[in-house]
Amino acid sequence: MLTGVKNILINTGNVTIFGTKFFKQIFAPPYEFKEFLKQCYMVGYKSFPLVAITGFIMGFVLTLQSRPTLPIFGAESWLPKMVALSLIREIAPVVTGLICAGKIASGISAELGSMKVTEQIDAMEVSAINPYKYLVVTRIMATTLMVPLLVIFADLIGIYGGYVGVNIHSNITIFRYFTQITESLDFSDIFPATIKTFFFGYFIGMIGCYKGFTASSGTESVGKAANEAVVIASLSIFLLDLIAVQLTDFFF
Amino acid sequence: MEANENIIDKDKIDNKIIEIKNLHKSFGKNEVLKGVNFSVKAGKNLVLLGKSGSGKSIIIKCIVGLVEIDDGEIIVLGNEISNLKNRTLNEVRLKIGFLFQSGALYDSMTVRENLSFALQRIKRKLSAEMIENEVLEVLNAVGLSEAIDKMPSELSGGMRKRIALARTLILKPEIILYDEPTTGLDTITAKEISELILDIQEKYKTTSIIITHDMACAKLTGDTIAILKDGIINVQGAYEELEKSNDEWVKSFFI
Repeated sequence: MLTGVKNILINTGNVTIFGTKFFKQIFAPPYEFKEFLKQCYMVGYKSFPLVAITGFIMGFVLTLQSRPTLPIFGAESWLPKMVALSLIREIAPVVTGLICAGKIASGISAELGSMKVTEQIDAMEVSAINPYKYLVVTRIMATTLMVPLLVIFADLIGIYGGYVGVNIHSNITIFRYFTQITESLDFSDIFPATIKTFFFGYFIGMIGCYKGFTASSGTESVGKAANEAVVIASLSIFLLDLIAVQLTDFFF
Repeated sequence: MEANENIIDKDKIDNKIIEIKNLHKSFGKNEVLKGVNFSVKAGKNLVLLGKSGSGKSIIIKCIVGLVEIDDGEIIVLGNEISNLKNRTLNEVRLKIGFLFQSGALYDSMTVRENLSFALQRIKRKLSAEMIENEVLEVLNAVGLSEAIDKMPSELSGGMRKRIALARTLILKPEIILYDEPTTGLDTITAKEISELILDIQEKYKTTSIIITHDMACAKLTGDTIAILKDGIINVQGAYEELEKSNDEWVKSFFI
């Protein structure tokens, strides 16, 4: 029990040191723009299809599940607003965050973990190249910027999925559907929900990199690192969401 | 990083490029190195022998600062490695080439990118054309210019070792540390790699430490052979001297 607590505290300390190093290194030259763009492509563009499919299904299913309940309260016309609010404020950020934790954090930790066990990271270090700067800073920057974009994309696709769901039982034009949604949304719905996704992105990248970088020798540790990265990144998404909701409630 | 004024070369005067004094290293309760002492003179090759797990690789990882030492001194080109700050350590590292046992080529890059990767970052003033010329020069030196656009996964074990050596050479090191350069290779390829080590020493005037279990490689490349036993250098001398040793344990390496 005590050993477990001690290990958690040690790991938390190490993750904190690893994560704060990012803020020291991000502004110091040399800048690895090419690697950063490559990571944006890998993290962002390559995740679009998965996010699009899940985003569409989220909106579509949410509409179909909510539809039978709303007429009881005479609130059937609120369906587009409710779907959009639910998606933008909570469902799309959290579900997209979890998808990214599964796809991106595991990918990064497996990649860096295998580089670590095959001594490629050591090879960079002995060539006087800062592996943290080249491998970690670029990946964390990419996830911090791309996850919010993916969430916005999931919001839009999810809202469109809601439109398809609504039109199964009624006939509403897309213009009217989107007008209802835009009229119901305000700054406090979009801003806090978007801000928290930057933190989701940062933690997904940082945990993926940390687990890969600290993988011990042996191929078994690569799988273990990838698995732990997914678990910890997913848990972080929920914890960050909990904090974000409290802060949003306090400030908005 | 090109200017190298902080690095002291005074030890070159007494000809010792690498000097290790009373080196200790433990991993938990396992004390691997218990006071290792040896030195390597300029332009010479030292072959380090020892049983698997005896700490040979740890020694060369300590030399490049990849592993922190517990006690002792490692003096490379007049610089005490464990006292150096990161920036100066990196300046010294540029003068040391390290050939990893596995080659440690960057999997996601072509051979060209593997070779130019460090050069692009360390010598930023070099034009793309100059970098390409440097890449071709080292590839010619290891006899693999045709592999320039291949991925590491397309290369054989021997080719990977050669490319890794080319990647080391591109920074024009004064010292090269070889971690089992012939392990996992057939006899013919192992001999080719051993001959390549000698060619490189002659062409680039390097000083080397070679860790190996391959006695043919040790015989061909080693000016001095040092044998590590129980965490210390047990015996040291020329190959021919050690071959005639009466010590049963030393003799067991030469059977």
